Amino acid sequence: MRRLLPRGLRTRLVVAFLLVSALSALIAAALTFRQGRAAILDRVRDGAVHELRAQIGSLAPDLPYAPAGTDLRTLALQLDRAGGSRDGWRTAAAYRGGALVSAAGPAPALPAPLRHAASSAHTAVVQRFHHAGEPWLAVALPVARENRPSEPSGLVVYASFSLIEEERDVATLLSAARAGALPVILLSLVPALLAARRVLRPVRQLRSAAEKMTAGALDTRIRVTGDDELADLGRTFNTMAATLQADAAALRAMESRARRFAADVSHELRTPLAAMTAVTGVLSEDAGSGRLAPETAEALELVADETNKLGRMVEDLMEISRFDAGAAALDLDEIDIGELVRKTLGLRHWQDRVGVDVPQGLRARLDPRRIDVVLANLIGNALRHGGPSVPVDVRARTEDDLLIVTVTDGGPGIPEDTLPHVFDRFTKGDAARPRSEGSGLGLAIAAENARLHGGTLTAANAPGGGAVFTLTLPQEPT
Amino acid sequence: MTRVLLIEDDPGVRRGVTLGLQHYGHETEAVATGEDGLASLVPFAPDIVLLDLMLPGMSGLEVCRRIRVSSQVPIVILSARGDDIDVVIGLEAGADDYIVKPASSEVIEARMRAVMRRLAPSQPRSGQGDQPLAYGDLEIDGAAVRVCKHGRALTLAPSELKLLLFLSASPGQTYSRQQLLEQVWEHSYYGDARLVDACVKRLRSKIEDDQRNPRYIQTVRGFGYRFGPL
Repeated sequence: MRRLLPRGLRTRLVVAFLLVSALSALIAAALTFRQGRAAILDRVRDGAVHELRAQIGSLAPDLPYAPAGTDLRTLALQLDRAGGSRDGWRTAAAYRGGALVSAAGPAPALPAPLRHAASSAHTAVVQRFHHAGEPWLAVALPVARENRPSEPSGLVVYASFSLIEEERDVATLLSAARAGALPVILLSLVPALLAARRVLRPVRQLRSAAEKMTAGALDTRIRVTGDDELADLGRTFNTMAATLQADAAALRAMESRARRFAADVSHELRTPLAAMTAVTGVLSEDAGSGRLAPETAEALELVADETNKLGRMVEDLMEISRFDAGAAALDLDEIDIGELVRKTLGLRHWQDRVGVDVPQGLRARLDPRRIDVVLANLIGNALRHGGPSVPVDVRARTEDDLLIVTVTDGGPGIPEDTLPHVFDRFTKGDAARPRSEGSGLGLAIAAENARLHGGTLTAANAPGGGAVFTLTLPQEPT
Repeated sequence: MTRVLLIEDDPGVRRGVTLGLQHYGHETEAVATGEDGLASLVPFAPDIVLLDLMLPGMSGLEVCRRIRVSSQVPIVILSARGDDIDVVIGLEAGADDYIVKPASSEVIEARMRAVMRRLAPSQPRSGQGDQPLAYGDLEIDGAAVRVCKHGRALTLAPSELKLLLFLSASPGQTYSRQQLLEQVWEHSYYGDARLVDACVKRLRSKIEDDQRNPRYIQTVRGFGYRFGPL
């Protein structure tokens, strides 16, 4: 049922408009028709009664007090002849409920109820009826006694005639009404379309403005004209857009302040760290020389180690700040993937702990430094979490135009509740894990590097246990 | 023992780096401004300059340019801003390498050694009476570590000279930027390839007639660089 309703607002408006105008045209036509028809019939009836009465008025005085059949026949004949304005009416007369007497031929068609009504009537009785498929009008006129109008004489004169002419007039009226209504309905299409356009234009503007805002153009406003409900809606929309824009701007400002703060802090930390880092080598060497008291040596060792760790952490913070600021840039080179993986492992002395399965001659265009960071993070993570004896494997393959690198380990895998957050900043895989491992930014940086290449980095657990990290890169980053 | 001129404005970093260098037995002159650094250049006659880019007064870049006007002493930038455009500009201004702060004294020591080596470690030492080799207008003397063009000696910074000697040792062979980083700069495979690009740019400006159409140091698109073929 709902399907049958037109969907568009414009169609609905036009249809409703047309329905209303059709209905009013029909009602107007119907009323006009009824009135016209009634007026025509009334006139015919009144004319007939008047005529009959006039004829009787001039003929009745010649009738005897108790007219016999021949008198009645003569009367009918005279009346038939005097048809007057009405051609072809047939008359008959009856005295005191007697048989109808007409001039010649069969008696005129008269409905029985009329005869019955006329017998007791004091004035003219009229009835419309159908005879031989045509509408007819019959008039019964009781003739009063001369000089005593209230006393019926017992003589009733009947006249009946076809209304086919009038019916034709009425039919003309009907077709005229019908012919008038159709153009009206068609004409009303024009204002209907204009009105729909007027109503729909602001609606369309609202829609396209809302679409633009959805696409992120929060500065979209619509031009409001007029003072109707749609104009009010437009004003409300503009207010809403302004509020949204202000909120979004405030949020962005807050976020960028927070990020700038992180960047500034790490930047500020770098100078003192640079001074400290430059002497950690001296400290470690002295601590290991055996010339110092054991506690002093241990303290120096601790300071040196933690300084280096702090340095790495600040480096990671700086790196993530560069991503946040959009300052990270790709430095692309066409690289042999097998060589890249081997170099990553070799630099960190991992080559004996990690299995490598990369097809010969597999090349891709990428930023080798950044992909090294990704792989080092993933492999380092796998080695840490899997424990010293579990296998860690790096595999690479191409699929369509994608380079897919997976890093798998045989460890316990990633807890289900941690899985969605592994690439979040400062998420640790295991709450009980010692603080000292990684900055908590490694996987976040890896994911950012993948994204910078137009690729993705995902984490999952293998069906047989162990974590699977999948790096997917387009072979030709744009 | 190496004579190191350290130009660094932060007193803590200055002291720390000086301590680290002393630990390795180097003689260090540490100054806080570029002006002082330029003033010490002739009297101190350093073997190498460690230069901070962020200096009050004269900028590190300007110092770098002014040193290069008169001297081909190795220059290593000490930068607190690893990926900044400043590093590239510094390299194009004539620096041979850069170190991102914070850096341990081992890293600084290793980088200084690499920069001061006149030939790439893997390059076979010429010297058994090798004659200078002529390529077009260039005359490259591997033994004397000297390059002449049209018979006139060119003043090349240490990294430029090293790169040219390395590439011209096997003319026509293409090296990727990563390979050059490893071989010439002794960086890891994942070093900053912009070092190579900046050095090639400087080298071309000195040896090529038309830098847009280089004859000697040719780019192999998507792969790297090669010397010749002429």
